[in-house]
Amino acid sequence: MKLRIVVTLKNGVLDPQGKAIQHALGSLGFDGVSDVRAGKIFELTVADGTSDEAIDEMCHKLLANTVIENYRVERI
Amino acid sequence: MKTAVIVFPGSNCDRDIAVALERVTGTAPAMVWHGESELPDGLGLIALPGGFSYGDYLRCGAISARSPIVRAVVEAAGRGVPVLGICNGFQILTETGLLPGALMRNRDLNFVCRDVPLRVENVRSIFTGRYEKDEEILIPVAHHDGNYFADAETLDRIEGEGRVAFRYAENVNGSAHDIAGLLNAQGNVLGMMPHPERRIEAAHGGDDGRRMFEGLMEAVAA
Repeated sequence: MKLRIVVTLKNGVLDPQGKAIQHALGSLGFDGVSDVRAGKIFELTVADGTSDEAIDEMCHKLLANTVIENYRVERI
Repeated sequence: MKTAVIVFPGSNCDRDIAVALERVTGTAPAMVWHGESELPDGLGLIALPGGFSYGDYLRCGAISARSPIVRAVVEAAGRGVPVLGICNGFQILTETGLLPGALMRNRDLNFVCRDVPLRVENVRSIFTGRYEKDEEILIPVAHHDGNYFADAETLDRIEGEGRVAFRYAENVNGSAHDIAGLLNAQGNVLGMMPHPERRIEAAHGGDDGRRMFEGLMEAVAA
């Protein structure tokens, strides 16, 4: 079973990398980009039947720092 | 005073802190590999050094915070053993949850490497007894991810409990409330982005950092 885990900064947490990318898009002439948030993607291959709880635990314990980040799990 | 320095793969300031501790305490620290699961007995200080443990993969300090020895460090901190995390060590302390909040990419996205003035905020801790309240000291910083973040409620709690040890007199990274050094609730764990071990003698341009280790020795002996 394959999982894609998307980790992004929480709303309200300043994302300086996102801001720099937004600025660069502006200077390339792409107007109207009002916000950019940078994040990370992890693709995991796990044993079939791995429980939701175990996946959540992986995210909480290591993949995301839930002080500043949210995560979303997609099955692919 | 017996001390220990935790050695992680990729850290590059473990020798700096070891030299500083030996100069100040007169005894070389135990260098403890991250894969060990036990610490020596009777430690007056455990130091988590600066650098780039595990190449800062995943997040700064994240992988180190899950290493076997750090479990022992968390347990020792719970028993009241003094723990000092410098730079990457501070990031490890927030990743373990021993200190609240997180260290994010610097506000201006630059790696900042220079001497920075700090204001001493809390002089009652075991680490800061040799400083004067509101004294300005100069300590070097060298980091890319030193922008301290915590939510408003956490910041209120930290301030209410007087847990800010040092503030930037010049905020070089965008840290909330200018926080440069933070204590845990019990006062035996200090995390800071600036490097006190790089300013312990005249050859370094000053000894503002040395007083932290001297103050700690005094407090531990008392």
